[in-house]
Amino acid sequence: MPTDTSNVAFVRTETLPEKAPPASETGIVKWLRENLFAGWANSLLTLLAIWAIYIILSSILPWLFGGLWTTSSLSECREILQGRVGGCFSVLTERWNQLLYGFKYPNDQYWRPNLALVLLFFAAAPVLFFDLPRKLLIFTGLYPFLAFWLIWGGAIAVPIVALLGVVAGYVVFDRLGKQTFAGGFFGGIAAAILVWVLGMALIPETASENALLESVPSRDLGGFMLNLMLGVTCVSLSLPIGIALALGRQSNMPLIKWICVVFIEFIRGVPLITLLFVASVMLSYFFPPESTVDLFLRVVIMITVFSAAYIAEVIRGGLAALPKGQYEAADSLGLDYPQAMQLIILPQALKISIPGIVNVAVGLFKDTTLVSVISMFDLVGMIRGPILASTEWNGVYWELLGFAAALFFVVCYGISQYSQWLERRLATDHR
Amino acid sequence: MVKYQGVTGIHMTTLTDPPKETFRLSMLINDTRYRSLTFQAIAAIILALSFWYLLNNLFQNLAAAGLNISYSFFGESAGYDINQRLIEYDSQSSHGRAAVVGILNTLLVAFLACITATIFGVVAGVLRLSNNWLVSKLMAFYVEIFRNIPVLIWIIIIFTIMTAVLPAPRAFRGDEPAASMLFGSAAFTNRGVYIPGPWFSRPLFDVAVLNWLLVLAFLVGSFFGARALGRWATKVQEATGDRPVTWYFSLGIWLVPFLALMVIMGLSWEYPALKGFNFSGGIKIGGPLIALWFALSIYTGAFIAENVRAGIQAINKGQTEAAASLGLRPGRVMNLVVLPQALRVIIPPLISQYLNITKNSSLAIAVGYADITATLGGITLNQTGRAIECVLLLMLFYLTISLLISAFMNVYNSSIKLKER
Repeated sequence: MPTDTSNVAFVRTETLPEKAPPASETGIVKWLRENLFAGWANSLLTLLAIWAIYIILSSILPWLFGGLWTTSSLSECREILQGRVGGCFSVLTERWNQLLYGFKYPNDQYWRPNLALVLLFFAAAPVLFFDLPRKLLIFTGLYPFLAFWLIWGGAIAVPIVALLGVVAGYVVFDRLGKQTFAGGFFGGIAAAILVWVLGMALIPETASENALLESVPSRDLGGFMLNLMLGVTCVSLSLPIGIALALGRQSNMPLIKWICVVFIEFIRGVPLITLLFVASVMLSYFFPPESTVDLFLRVVIMITVFSAAYIAEVIRGGLAALPKGQYEAADSLGLDYPQAMQLIILPQALKISIPGIVNVAVGLFKDTTLVSVISMFDLVGMIRGPILASTEWNGVYWELLGFAAALFFVVCYGISQYSQWLERRLATDHR
Repeated sequence: MVKYQGVTGIHMTTLTDPPKETFRLSMLINDTRYRSLTFQAIAAIILALSFWYLLNNLFQNLAAAGLNISYSFFGESAGYDINQRLIEYDSQSSHGRAAVVGILNTLLVAFLACITATIFGVVAGVLRLSNNWLVSKLMAFYVEIFRNIPVLIWIIIIFTIMTAVLPAPRAFRGDEPAASMLFGSAAFTNRGVYIPGPWFSRPLFDVAVLNWLLVLAFLVGSFFGARALGRWATKVQEATGDRPVTWYFSLGIWLVPFLALMVIMGLSWEYPALKGFNFSGGIKIGGPLIALWFALSIYTGAFIAENVRAGIQAINKGQTEAAASLGLRPGRVMNLVVLPQALRVIIPPLISQYLNITKNSSLAIAVGYADITATLGGITLNQTGRAIECVLLLMLFYLTISLLISAFMNVYNSSIKLKER
């Protein structure tokens, strides 16, 4: 039907340009209306939240920015402040070394734990980030021995013998393990023990006296260094034990299954503090009468046992989450149990368990503060013990506790952010 | 053709000539039928050997130190005082009674902290999902701050507030005191918090505990009465389609017997008052208890908030929309559709958080709250030197609690398991 436009006054031939939306439906106003002031209840909540933020900030900020960093005692600090609000952060600068290394670690040797910490980042990097070249893992394998030597010092032969034992065990496992896993496994352990016993017998008693690095006994370790050492050591030791316990709990051999179940449930049923009591007052009764196992090692044993039980439960969850078809597929390929576990089951189960494992690691790192209860001088122990008891700094609570809290927050929050990144990175199901 | 014959040949031989079942020693390792037995035998031997080794060391060490394993110290007089206690106790009482005081204190702080942690957690978890940007960010901040800092540091921080920031009782003295009581009835001092305590002027029993048990019995009775009322209302609703309005009746069931009992027994309040250097009267809640209670609550509350958030988010949005399309109002959508499904996700981790609270309450020893760890594992251990006995009993106590809680959780999990056909 042709349209006759000659007798129509006006016909628009093109569309009008879009008008801007009303001011209340655009930009920051719309965002504010939707997210902060949607309805009276919501507005009330917003006002409450603003009030809460104001209270928090108005009490913290003046204290934080009005603080003093250079005085030498609390009384001097209070004198300079003269009633003004401000923190005496000079306790942090003055006692910095004590907070980080404890009060007994030799002052001129601080570079050793520092170097160990820097190297830790290099050693951990290939484990944490898969994109890095795999050859770096060799350094990760060397790191425990290097760190031991750096922190404790003494005869360099001790970590070298320990390393040689591990290498010997690995070589034997590599050779024999190709035929039977069990043969390689037990053969490797036997070889390692043989090398250790022989090597320790060969090290002369006087080796530690004129060593390259001055020997530092375990009881001299302290401060945040102790927390970090306990956390890193116990988590890395408990991973293999946890995997073994989880596999044992899934096993169809009743005896092995029940050993693992009883162990896991017992450890998970008691608080860490009772296990630390075991370490401090009870464990030495179970060692041979003439041996003296130092407190640090006893604590490491108990914390490792503790976190292994929790990691085992996390990994069991990962194993249970795998579809049965994966186990059957491995069987139908003709793989035996160790092969199926190594190649098919564990890579998938561990991937599922990563968030849980990181949770356990963060929890464990926080729990290392409990060693202050059995009078080890970790960060909290240092604060509550030598520093708050000193005449100069008796009464400086908030600066010290705030510092400890901030230190733990940074580390723990960092680890959990890494875990979230890793989860995204490993997500192979495209949803 | 050749291949085919070959295969048949093998087939024939296996049919006609079955391998002899002779037992060779190598079958213990190579034959899957025997291998598991071998491994278990090895495990049993290793286990037995290590137990023998450890126990042997233990007895040698004990003999060398002139000790033995004995629990007779439980009857001996403890000789130390406990400020915070639920039952009668003095320094002449036995170590066994001190342990019981400790157990009750552990249960008390765990119970209180479970309740408040749930409240904090649910509020923070729900608010974190709020549409309000500021509030949800604030709650995320709360969760991250409290989850990532050790609970021991929180306990110490709050204990420091209780002891170093709150005024001493003498600040309440004088005509123009530096500190004043909240509503004229509760005093927050650095020696503890004093609140008014209820007591009965016309008690029905001579023993105070029995009176309170009577109150509890009335409340339990009201609970069952209210539940029966609700069932009756549901029955009426199913028969007629209309639900009778029962809330005022239900309120009556709760209040009337309770208030009547209170009037009969003559409920009165005893207010704390400054006498000498300290407050007396009312109920005293010690600083350590409050520090532990509050720190455990906010710390665990942050974890519970995450559980609650995960539980609510686990419910498919389609469920809410389906319920809305059936014509349910938002409140009923929450009550009838979302919450029953979300609770199924929330409650198991919630119960393990309760277990964590109970275990973390052992940190009482850091602030001097007399729980079981501080009495049995602390002072009693140090006074008697019976390390092995004390630590074993301590572990046994916590183990019993956690096994009870996990048993309860298993029962609960199987009762809420999806009934699938």
